[in-house]
Amino acid sequence: MTTVTAPDAPPGATAGIRKARGGGFWRYLLVRFLLIFPTIFILVSLVFFLMRLTGDPITASLGDRLSPEQLAERIHAAGYDRPLFVQYLEYLANVFTGNFGSSISDGRPVTEILLTYGSATLELAIYALIVAFIVGIPLGMVAAYFRDRWGDAALRIFAILCYATPVFFAGLVLKLIFAVWLKALPVAGRASTRTELRLQQLDDPTGIYLIDAIRTGSSSAITDVLTHAVLPALALGLLTAGVFLRLVRTNVIGTLSRDYVDAARSRGVREYRLVRRHALKPALVPIITVIGLQIAMLLGGAVLTETTFEWKGLGFQLAEYLAKRDFVAVQGIVALLAVIVALTNFIVDLIAAILDPRVRY
Amino acid sequence: MSTETRTPEKAARVRPRWWNRLPVLQQLRQSVGLQRGMLVVGLVITSVFVLVAIFAPFVAPYGYNQLRGPDGLFGAQQPPGPDHLLGTTVGGYDVLSRVIWGAQTALLVILVAIVLSVFIGIALGLLSGYIGGWFDRVTIVIADAIYAFPSLLLAIVAAIVISGGQSSLWGGILAAAISITVVFIPQYLRVVRAEVVRVKSEAFVESARVIGASNRRIMFRHVLRNSTRTLPLVITLNSSEAILTLAGLGFLGFGIEPSAAAEWGYDLNKSLSDVTSGIWWTSIFPGLAIVLVVLGITLVGESLNDLADPRLRARRKPAKTPAQAVAAEKPVAREEMGDVV
Repeated sequence: MTTVTAPDAPPGATAGIRKARGGGFWRYLLVRFLLIFPTIFILVSLVFFLMRLTGDPITASLGDRLSPEQLAERIHAAGYDRPLFVQYLEYLANVFTGNFGSSISDGRPVTEILLTYGSATLELAIYALIVAFIVGIPLGMVAAYFRDRWGDAALRIFAILCYATPVFFAGLVLKLIFAVWLKALPVAGRASTRTELRLQQLDDPTGIYLIDAIRTGSSSAITDVLTHAVLPALALGLLTAGVFLRLVRTNVIGTLSRDYVDAARSRGVREYRLVRRHALKPALVPIITVIGLQIAMLLGGAVLTETTFEWKGLGFQLAEYLAKRDFVAVQGIVALLAVIVALTNFIVDLIAAILDPRVRY
Repeated sequence: MSTETRTPEKAARVRPRWWNRLPVLQQLRQSVGLQRGMLVVGLVITSVFVLVAIFAPFVAPYGYNQLRGPDGLFGAQQPPGPDHLLGTTVGGYDVLSRVIWGAQTALLVILVAIVLSVFIGIALGLLSGYIGGWFDRVTIVIADAIYAFPSLLLAIVAAIVISGGQSSLWGGILAAAISITVVFIPQYLRVVRAEVVRVKSEAFVESARVIGASNRRIMFRHVLRNSTRTLPLVITLNSSEAILTLAGLGFLGFGIEPSAAAEWGYDLNKSLSDVTSGIWWTSIFPGLAIVLVVLGITLVGESLNDLADPRLRARRKPAKTPAQAVAAEKPVAREEMGDVV
């Protein structure tokens, strides 16, 4: 934390502290940036050694279909009979150059799988975050304002329910109500077959269907894409909304009783504005920090949501490869997600440090 | 978290009765109003869950892998009726029985996971905090890396390692429990380490050292005993997370085979296609079971959290800074923010 220099400190010490404070932000940035590398390194190594403990991936995926001789031949061809340490070094070098290997079941390079399906997961994650913000932040403010009264209790129970409901069960229930019983929304998928064909005809599709649909300019395609996104976004978004609600509530309760809020109230500032402006704004910094932690949870939730709704993204692919016991593809996808998490955490810490000087030290 | 100012000898003599010192009961007496209501509801749900889990063989109408009764096969996807109160699944099992037996599986997984992670987490946290230096730094960097990792993905990787996917009852339970343990250890490590670092600099540790107590004695008798106050809270919160992770693993097909045990997540996976054709009873009931149990345990955990935190317990002293509020909300998050550099 920022230290206030004692008035009787020797001049040299004061200068030293001042210098450290001046470089504080950049130093923090640098240290935090350098910390990404050990994080990625540890995660990638952990995944590698854990996965290799099971034996080689070829036996795992093809063991029951090939004869022992064929297996041995394929294991030799892929280099899995070499010392583990050599394989590890090679793997690290590959990861460093962005090569995560090729899947065994269909021979596609993992990097290509990631590029093709990553956009779908990104799209889902963004929708879910939007839902989480729209639901979580206002309700959190309401709960804080009506603290310890019935409204607050109901909202807190709602928040706990959001957390307690597994995202795939929420998805199933939403599907049952809105798609099967009310027939108001599509059951699964990212778009209807017709729209998908249409989107594929674009010159260079971004893979984010909403952007592609807007580029086709057809309103029916846009509606189609959006209606398909509602249920998955709700299922995944509510999970995060519960966390946001609790967080906003705790922090706004903290800021609402500060002196400057009392001062603003006595100046005649309206209650709504009081909560919106004076209490929420300072509470936003910790929320941003927690969003960083939420990215990891969101990715885990995305795997389950995508499986529930057949949303063809990374999580859906991961579940498919898991079912096929194709562990090279699994390892690649997991390693890439680890890199993404490490990078987002860095960005989030960076934003928090820019917003709040107290975070850097 | 006692605020007693008595001398140690005197405190030892007039110790409150043992049941008043139980972690949860003490807080129950401390609580008031709404907070007490939430705690009581949570305790009731949790006890029902534990009782059902223990007495599953007596409560459940059929076995978890029973396919036929006295009048032949149950039949698949039968709607709820007098024979099968909650209907039957696509595989022809009785839904009610599988929901009840599922409680047993869940409880076993929680117990194994918590015991393992508490022991390993405390040991590592104690060593890391007490020894400090490079060992501490390396442990913390590794723990942080694991903590940042999406826990479900890590659990999947661990499940592949342990069981290769499919497994028997104990194999499946151990696989799920160990997968969850891997995710939890960093949390216990963090919590215990933070406490150890705090306690280590207290005067009584210094005095013990001056008297000539051995490192081991100081570590276990003086530091460890005073570093476990936040554990009940972390344990409750983790139990609910354990159920969710178990269900998630089961949903992705890393559960326990239906012939070996009942598992809610696995049943939900099998009911995915039922939902599209309007068959609701195969998914709603196991899902509700998960929601209820997690709700119950989380209510207990939340109440303990609020009661342990004077800022949330007493209305007059709210959090001073946003950073402190985060700390109140999520102790581990605070450590992350505070100890990065």
